[in-house]
Amino acid sequence: MSRKPDTTMQSIKMGEILIQSLSRLSPRSLARNPVMFVVAVGTVVTALLAGAHMTQGVPFGMDLAIAGILLVTVLFANGAESIAEARGKAQAGALRATRENLQARKVTDKGEESIAAGDLRKGDRVRVRPDELIPGDGEIVEGASTINESAVTGESAPVLREAGTDNSGVSAGTKVLSDEIVVEITVDPGNSLLDRMIALVEGAKRQKTPNELALSVLLAAMTLVFLIVVVSLVPTSGFVGIDPSYSVLVALLVCLIPTTIGGLLPAIGIAGMDRAMRANVIAKSGKAVEVAGSVDTLLLDKTGTITLGDRRATAFETTPGVAAEELRDAALLTSLADPTPEGKSVVTLAGDQGSTAKAGEDVRFVEFSATTRMSGIDFPDGRQLRKGATDAIRNFVVEKGGHYPDEADRLAERVAQKGATPLVVAEGGRVLGVIALSDVIKGGIRERFARLREMGVKTVMITGDNPTTAAAIAAEAGVDDFLAEATPEQKLKFIREEQQQEGRLVAMMGDGTNDAPALAQADLGLAMNSGTQAAREASNMVDLDSDPGKLIDVVEIGKQLLITRGSLTTFSLANDVAKYFAILPALFLASTPALGALNILDLSSPMNAVLAATVFNALVIPALIPFALRGVRFKPASAEQLLIRNLLIFGLGGLLLPFPTIKVLDLIITVFI
Amino acid sequence: MNEVIIIYALTLLLAWPLGRYIAGVYSGETGMGGRVFLPVENGLYSLCGIDPGQPMTWQGYGRALLKFHLMLGLLIFGLLMAQGLLFLNPDGIGGMSWDLSLHTAVSFLTNTNQQHYSGQASLSYLAHTFGIVTLQVVTPAAGMATLFAILRTIFGGRDARTGGSPEARVSVGNFYQDLTRAIVRVMLPLAAVAALLLASQGVPSTYEGAQTVQPLDSNVAMEQQEIPVGPVAPMVAIKQLGTNGGGWYGANSAVPLENPTPLSNLVETVSIVLIPAALVFALGFFTGRRRLAQVVMGVMVVMSVGLASVAIWQENMPNAAFSSLAAEGPNLEGKEVRFGATATALWGSWTTQTSNGSVNGMHDSFNPIGGMVPIMDMFINVIFGGVGVGLIGFLLFLLLAAFLGSLMIGRAPEIAGKPLETREIKLVCIALLLQPLLILGFSAVTLAFPGLTGNSNPGYHGISQVIYEYTSAFANNGSGFEGLNDNSIWWNITCAVNLILGRFIPMLAPLAIAASLASKRTAPEGRGSLSLDTGTFGLMTLAVIVMFTLLSFMPVLILGPIAEAMATIH
Repeated sequence: MSRKPDTTMQSIKMGEILIQSLSRLSPRSLARNPVMFVVAVGTVVTALLAGAHMTQGVPFGMDLAIAGILLVTVLFANGAESIAEARGKAQAGALRATRENLQARKVTDKGEESIAAGDLRKGDRVRVRPDELIPGDGEIVEGASTINESAVTGESAPVLREAGTDNSGVSAGTKVLSDEIVVEITVDPGNSLLDRMIALVEGAKRQKTPNELALSVLLAAMTLVFLIVVVSLVPTSGFVGIDPSYSVLVALLVCLIPTTIGGLLPAIGIAGMDRAMRANVIAKSGKAVEVAGSVDTLLLDKTGTITLGDRRATAFETTPGVAAEELRDAALLTSLADPTPEGKSVVTLAGDQGSTAKAGEDVRFVEFSATTRMSGIDFPDGRQLRKGATDAIRNFVVEKGGHYPDEADRLAERVAQKGATPLVVAEGGRVLGVIALSDVIKGGIRERFARLREMGVKTVMITGDNPTTAAAIAAEAGVDDFLAEATPEQKLKFIREEQQQEGRLVAMMGDGTNDAPALAQADLGLAMNSGTQAAREASNMVDLDSDPGKLIDVVEIGKQLLITRGSLTTFSLANDVAKYFAILPALFLASTPALGALNILDLSSPMNAVLAATVFNALVIPALIPFALRGVRFKPASAEQLLIRNLLIFGLGGLLLPFPTIKVLDLIITVFI
Repeated sequence: MNEVIIIYALTLLLAWPLGRYIAGVYSGETGMGGRVFLPVENGLYSLCGIDPGQPMTWQGYGRALLKFHLMLGLLIFGLLMAQGLLFLNPDGIGGMSWDLSLHTAVSFLTNTNQQHYSGQASLSYLAHTFGIVTLQVVTPAAGMATLFAILRTIFGGRDARTGGSPEARVSVGNFYQDLTRAIVRVMLPLAAVAALLLASQGVPSTYEGAQTVQPLDSNVAMEQQEIPVGPVAPMVAIKQLGTNGGGWYGANSAVPLENPTPLSNLVETVSIVLIPAALVFALGFFTGRRRLAQVVMGVMVVMSVGLASVAIWQENMPNAAFSSLAAEGPNLEGKEVRFGATATALWGSWTTQTSNGSVNGMHDSFNPIGGMVPIMDMFINVIFGGVGVGLIGFLLFLLLAAFLGSLMIGRAPEIAGKPLETREIKLVCIALLLQPLLILGFSAVTLAFPGLTGNSNPGYHGISQVIYEYTSAFANNGSGFEGLNDNSIWWNITCAVNLILGRFIPMLAPLAIAASLASKRTAPEGRGSLSLDTGTFGLMTLAVIVMFTLLSFMPVLILGPIAEAMATIH
């Protein structure tokens, strides 16, 4: 997987961030976030108090200081969102830049006309010649060409795209290399994948995802609880003759409400999208990334994901009475006219085992074809060597008047049981033996599946192989289950009946038009960018790299997003205990010296204590921006281990950390005041 | 100290088989004990024209529950106002004022039994036995019924559907069947046993009028004394078992006639926690999630023992007022010397943990930190809690912990495989928000106008008294810190509002949540999903409960009991 380098903070101008943060102070913008809205109202209230106290000639420094800190708190939260947005936009913008000012050659009844790429509509057809950029997302309807997709994927090796196949999809901004093609545009302007992605990282337009909404409700409720607590404190403390400072009460309120998570929540959501984009996955909705974290079952194509994709000869098995050398040489000779990777691998294996067989003069090669499913060699002396699929060779042997022995069947069966594909070699009517063609399992994939299992995610391998072969490969690769001889209908049925009806969330990856129903049915459908438009439409994510292993990354990104939200919420609430211990004594101390014992941090003065707590509250937001953007560190582990770890770090840590920090801030403030 | 351990052990030991029995009562068509009780129940069903097999949606269940309570409430309200004109009134007690009747009816209707009057002097035998005691049997049964409706909906299979739109097609059970089984098979038989035990110890059980006796001590300027009696034993039995708390006599189980012997004190103490604890075990037997029940029980016992220890430790300390005296001992102010500090502190803890509210001593006279324990118990209100409703309240915290816990392991929030989404979280928040809103809101208003409080103490202790009263009302506890002139229109009305909202919203919101959850997919629980029955999750739930309570109420605790404690130390 090719992850793009991190667009670092340097590429984002801090000046712009500041301007954006300020522009987000508009009431409409603030109202999107109830927690920060309360802080903003608190800022105004304390500022007004400062003004009132100034005109009355009473000390107003404290009010002003609190108002200032609260304003900074709001700006920090706005800044977090702005930075996340800027990073996401920079990422998407880089992709989009290639498309701007592009002219397209639109195919019309009268011939061709040149129009701006931005004016292309869905259904328009455009002709693209070699060395030109494709003007919009679409599907090749005529021709085939190699295409350089590096602008989108960062991968420099060209890929083949062809009309009428499962690899007919092309993206805007990619370059045609070899042949002329006609592309049918499949999206209207402003609606392309990239446009949608950009909308997902734009704070103001972004729709809250379902889980974000639920968490926002909880945060709003907590805010309301603390509002009640603080407001009721006025008459309650008044009953025992305490006249609390309203500015300090506002400060207390702001410290208690979950500003940390409230301020970072939008940034976390945007950053999740951004991380997906960095993995070259374009999500069509924020919900899709969230769902990824909860996926229970991954449907993975065998070829390309679990195995390297081409089968290789790994062994020769002789029938009784045949010398190993004879089979080896025959295998080599029959494969000389077989240009497929499998054929080449037979030659290599035989050579490695010491075969020096030569075809000699006047031989006739029988090339491999899909109809005969055999390749071979005819010698001038009438000897005929053949290699091919079991039933093809059986027919050949019987035709030559030979007997196809049971041993050969058993041999083939045994090879198949090991997950390999048997090819039978015969000389005329005599069967020599079997070549085992094995799938080569990708390195490290077994460990990856083990990690997924550890996380409770079940992996299911999908293959067109027969059940015996599939079972063997499944066992070797360490997947939990497999679906053999899978047709698109079976995939759909498997997803619907065996997984979703049991309540499992299913993720699958696909590229073909016939995958589209299953992709749409799956809770998380990830289409390869090289796939057909139907597949890309039906899915809720598109992988620009067309890498079948990407599902696993997507699951981890989803989990990380949710963990970040949960952990920072816990941290935010755990912080409150220390803030109570800093502010409450300060609030009551003047009129109730007896409560001095509660000042367990031994803060220098009530005023400093309040300032230290509010400053801490404000500083936590920028301090955690890296967490929000990068996500908390995620190590695959069981639910139980993850819970213990995060509870210790963010729960217990959140409880304890503020005590020393507030104490240090108090000491610093003492120096300056 | 040994007595405390023995009482804890004895209660849990008895609660286990009882929990198994109660789970059986709610399992299957006829339930455990069906052969004995079904004829009685069927008689009741046909008498009232009820079809117990009719499935109900959560709205239908809620409507039945509310209608049933409204009907009972109006009946009792009328009975209290008119008792002076009615029969079974040998002592000629007059009717109550409208606001006191309202508060009293609501208070008993909500399983609270907060009393702004003195039982023996203000209620006729008719009002006591047919009014109050009826509610004391029926209201815990309603809590138990709702609990099982919720449990079967959240943890039950998928067969409980009736057709229609997703949520409307989830059947939660039949309210009348659930209620009747609780009354006939649990509350009445248990109460009968406890009543007999108490009567054997000398608790009065008669319909004769007050007894006239000659005081033994001739120094009291009294020719003769009226000793009110009545059918006390049955009432005391059900008030203890059903987390009711409202006794025959004003001073509740501190009066020798309600609680004459050490054995009666043991029976009554165990009865406080028996059913609420049994229901936790029943959760395990009923849903097949025994480990979850163990974890819930573990969390409850930890909180219970923790808080009770503080109270017991504090009450065994001398009263600050006596600190200069030569003879120091436990704080015996406001305590029955027959029971002493430990037994009273244990009772005080349990009665507030379970929303029972009966007392055998004066909570107002506890040492400041000792007195804070009952308040904190009632803030939490899910340490065992009221019959049925305690566990329902615990489920709310469980939902909250599951929401955060799921996120922290990187999964979209779910509980028992069912997704927790905005609708569920909204309902959880409504139920949880209500507590600080009503308790702190009403306390703030009352404290802002000291004329309204009518309390006996200014200063920190006054705050504790007001907070205690509203907390007790919201928690449906019913115990009083006392010292308030609480039979006023202000107290009666505001407490009634607290009582009603504090009872029914936290009952119905979880029912709605359960139905909403049941209408969704159920994912199999595996390695990757949040497991509810681990010690880790138990600790997390404990932390959520403590944090929520602490964060909401720390300021008032500081201004009330903590400030008082610090002021007395200095």
